[in-house]
Order: sequence, then C-alpha cells, then structure tokens
Amino acid sequence: MKESTRRNVTSFAIVSTPFLWTMIFLFVPYMVMFTYSFYLKKFPTFIPAFEFVNYLTIIVDPQYYQVLVRTAKIAITVAASAVMIAYPLSYFLVFKIKSNQLRSILYMAVIVPLWVSYLLRAYTWKTILGNEGILNSFLVWSGFLDQPTDIFLYNQFSMVVTLTYIFVPFMVMPIYMALEKIPRSMIEASKDLGVGPIRTFLRVTLPLSMPGVIAGATFTICLTFGDFVAAFLVGGPNGAMIATIIQSQFGATLNWPLGAALSIVMLVIVLTIISLSDRLERAGRIDLD
Amino acid sequence: MNDIIQIRNVTKTYPGNVTAVDDLSLSVREGEFVTLLGPSGCGKTTTLRMVAGFELPTSGQIFLAGEDVTDRPPYERQVNTVFQDYALFPHMNISENVGYGLRVAGMAKADIKPAVDAALATVGLMDKAAVRPGNLSGGQKQRVALARALVRKPKVLLLDEPLSALDAKLREAMQVELKHLHEQLGITFIFVTHDQKEALVMSDRVIVMEHGRIVQSGTPSDLYDHPVKPYVADFIGNSNKLYGKIVSADAGQVTLQVGANSVQSTPGQTRYAPGDEVLATVRPEKVRLLADGEDTGNFSVIPGTVREVLFHGSSCRLEVDIGEGQLFDVDVQLERALHTSGIHGSGASVNLAINPDMVSVFPIAEDNV
Repeated sequence: MKESTRRNVTSFAIVSTPFLWTMIFLFVPYMVMFTYSFYLKKFPTFIPAFEFVNYLTIIVDPQYYQVLVRTAKIAITVAASAVMIAYPLSYFLVFKIKSNQLRSILYMAVIVPLWVSYLLRAYTWKTILGNEGILNSFLVWSGFLDQPTDIFLYNQFSMVVTLTYIFVPFMVMPIYMALEKIPRSMIEASKDLGVGPIRTFLRVTLPLSMPGVIAGATFTICLTFGDFVAAFLVGGPNGAMIATIIQSQFGATLNWPLGAALSIVMLVIVLTIISLSDRLERAGRIDLD
Repeated sequence: MNDIIQIRNVTKTYPGNVTAVDDLSLSVREGEFVTLLGPSGCGKTTTLRMVAGFELPTSGQIFLAGEDVTDRPPYERQVNTVFQDYALFPHMNISENVGYGLRVAGMAKADIKPAVDAALATVGLMDKAAVRPGNLSGGQKQRVALARALVRKPKVLLLDEPLSALDAKLREAMQVELKHLHEQLGITFIFVTHDQKEALVMSDRVIVMEHGRIVQSGTPSDLYDHPVKPYVADFIGNSNKLYGKIVSADAGQVTLQVGANSVQSTPGQTRYAPGDEVLATVRPEKVRLLADGEDTGNFSVIPGTVREVLFHGSSCRLEVDIGEGQLFDVDVQLERALHTSGIHGSGASVNLAINPDMVSVFPIAEDNV
C-alpha cells in the first residue's frame, strides 16, 4: 500500500464512526423532518406533497406566531433573570471568596442540581408555588394573606421562575469561567490609574466578562425555546410554549407536517441565535494571555 | 533632597502567620532610582504593592511626599505601577489604554490626545496608537505599560519585575532605555527584581532583601565590593568562599589561615580576635594569575592546580584546586584569543594573587546562606 493511501485509510477509519453517527442520528432525521414539513395533512394521516401551506399557516394563524412571540418573551425573561442571579453570584465566588476550597465547594453547590432529574426539579416548583404549596402556607401563616392564592402557579410567572431555577447553572458556568480568566493585575491596573471600584467594574471587569454573559444567555434562551416540560407542569393554559405546540402536533393533534414545519422554524430561530452570539463573541474577542 | 517615599516600620503578615515584610523602614529620595532586590519570597513585591496600595500593611506607616497614605486605596495615590504581565486592557487599543486613567478622571478630550501622544512618543510607539495590545510584541507591550503609567505624571513610578518576560537581548536594551527615561523625566523609580545584573546596571541605590527585611542598602558598586553579609556577596555576582581562622589581627588588617594558605584582608569596621572562625569571600575576577618571579607586594599568594578551563568568550574561568579538593574560581579577561593568551591548561600549577582590599571577611555565625 502506498504511504498516502494508508494514511487515507487510517483517517477514514478515525472519522467514519462520528461521521456515520452524525449522519444517521442528526442529518437524516433533520432531512426527514424537513421533507415532512412540505407534506399535506389528510385525515386520518398525511400525504406526500411539496406545498408551503404548513409554513403559511404558521405565519397566518395568529395562534402560532403568538406562541412563538410568547416563547421568545419567556426565553428572554429567563435569560435576563438568570443573568441577574448568576452574575452577582459568580462575581462573589470569584472575587470575594478568598479560600480556593470554599470557592470550589460553593461552585459545585450551584452546579450539582444539574445531576438531579430535570423533571423532579420542575415538579418541585409545583409544590412550592401551588395552592397548598410552601409559599402560600407561609403567607397565610404569617398573616399576609387570609386564604391561599393561586396567582403563583399555572402562568408565565411560574414558568419563568421554574426555568430560571433550572437553567441558572448554565449561566453561572460561563460567567464564572469568564470572570476567573480576568487577570487580577488588570483590575489592579485600573485602580492604579486612578479609577474607583464601580467604574473599574463597568469599564474593565464587565466588558471582559461579556463573552461569558453572551454564552450563558445563548444557553438559556436556546434551552427555554426547546422546553415543554416546565410548560406542561407549571405553565397552565396561557403558558404554552412553541415546544408544547410541536409536541401536540406529533401527538394528540396528529398533524405531523405542521409539527415538522414548526420544528424547522424553531431550528432556524435557534441557529440564528447561536450564530448571532458567535458573531457577537467574535466581535468582542479578546486575548487574555 | 526630600524623601518622596517613607516606609516606617511596616510589617505585612498573611493569614497562617506568614510574615512577608518584617518591620521594614525605608526612605526614597525624590528622583532616585531604587531597586529592591532579592529572591522570590523575600518581600520585595509585597513592599511595592503596599506602596501602590494593593496591600494594606498589618502595621506601620507609608508616607508619600510627606502625606500618610497608609490606608488610602490605590486610586487615590499619586503613584503608578508597571505590572509584570503589563496588564494592558485587551478590549481597548493602545491610545485608549494610555488615555484610560485620564478619560475616566474626566479630563477634556482635547487635552487627552496631546497627553497620550506625548506619552507614546516618549516610548517611541506613536504609530501603534490604534492597535490592540494583542497585536503587539512583548517589548512593545512593555512600552505601552510604561506610557500608560507615565501619562498620569506620578510622583513615583513602581516597576514590578517589568523586564522578566522579555528575552535577554531586549531586556538589556530596555534596561538602558529605562535608565535614560529615568534621567530624562526626573521621576522617582522604585524597581523590583530578582535579577542582580539588572539591579546593578540601572539603579542609583540597590536594596537587598531577605525574609522581609533589608540586608543591605547601597550603591551597586558598594554592594558588589563591600557586601555586609555572605548572603549579599552570594546573591550579587559570584564569590569564592574560604572558611578559615583568624591568626593575627592588626589595625585595619587581619590574616587568616585557610587550609595550608594564609590570606590577608582589610575587613573595615568589624573587629576580630585571633582564633575567630570566619568566612572570607573573593570575587573570581579580582584574582590575578601571578607570572613567574613576579613580586607579590602585599598580595596574598595561593598556589593551586588548574582543574578546568571554561571558555566564556570575552573571558575564561579557571577552576583551580587550592588544596584539599577545594575549588577556587578565577576569571581571566581575554585580551587575545584563548590559545594565544598563555592561559594554563588543565593540570598546570599556578599562583593566585589576591589583593587584601578585595577580600571580605564575615564572622562564621552570619554564614546562614
């Protein structure tokens, strides 16, 4: 065998498994989905076709784009709330905790819930926010309320609370990493040049940690876009998300073509967000070496 | 001249009872170039960081231009630091980096630009104003860091091992440049380094530190020729160490017995009595090879055998066995090529001549190096 041939065979052997995996479990399903999105629904199932009617429905029927807008709204709110919690927390961990050991313990404490079943964590909020839940019991016991209220559960508020809780680790991780990467001398240099702590934060620490914030926001927004469990458990009638609708198209409603079209729309949205964040990150790309 | 910096009895203790700086007092005159020299962990950087305001002393006081600044945060001190890793802001270009302090302090835009341009001109980087730090070489980053610190017209410029990341050639060039800059600007420089050559080249005064204390403070040649402790003799330059016993002590001159040889020294202030155990140090280049029949004058003469000849280019080092296997280094400046210089090869017998003024003597108890 010639040297170059042998090298080709070796590299083919190395690449083939992941390549096949990607083809069979990602590319082919996407193509199937893409094809289905042009099919026509014909009771009781659907027939092959090449029509844009499913996409048209999404645009024309307010039911669908309203859900899309609502999903986007919830996703952005979740990302914003997660930043509000994760940034100060990460900042505290990185800059205020002097003991390395304590810092890693606290960091793990934030990350560890990721190992607990997602379903369980979402379900927990049902017992906290519910009519007979911990929050209501407390408010009644402390005399704030005469009787339990149901305003906490089955609405967008409970969705945002639950999803924020679940996704906060995905925000903490990149922000923590970004903050940890900032050399202390950079912050000292700012102070050395006569700049006080608040403006040092705004002009040095915050800009240098932005890549972490962008990465975290991308995670949380994309994950929220694809979530239907929280909507199902704590969302209630007006908490339906795009993923909820898609799921019902493939289930109860049995309209696979529309479900496929919605999936493709969602995929495009998520890919747009990812490439946007990638571009943002690249624009602010900084070498911290 | 006035003292621009006064450090009074400053101690810095870290948790776990680690004392980084131990009751240190130090005054720096206005316009002086002072170097804190010592191995890592000797407290030199901690001292500098306390002057900058990054660390608070556990006890003691620091005065800047007569004002007590001990508890003032760094952004309220008129000193600026050049950091070891330069600490340039990667999200700003060079002129933004240099103008950063002025901008945030609220200086008018029209005033910032000339100030930044002047600072960049001082370090010769006018053409890099719009470049980001990531695209500069180490030496250029170094200059930007300098310009950024100088643009604020500090009363004292603090330099924390700023040359340690540069390669040897560039480091030497920067040493000269820093020295010129210091002469040109007249600002007080406090320089921290573990590189004794750097300290000798640049400084008006070198302060040698060990275990958070000052061991010796003096001009570079003072330290080199008259070290007060073996530690200093060892840290700055190379030294031969001779252990021996005082056999006679007259006014200004002692004779010590080292093995089978006797060595004279003029030890200065310290008084010795016959029988004292001492350590003598001699610089390798202060020793001469005696030609046959040459008059020794008041020099001590030690016979020996050449064991090794190490060629260094401009000089060569002879490792001479002076008996009982003790090796004694002699540096010989080469005025001709090595093979025509008449340097004795390995195995040759030589006589070493040592000027008593060039022999430093220390009580043996101090030899804790």
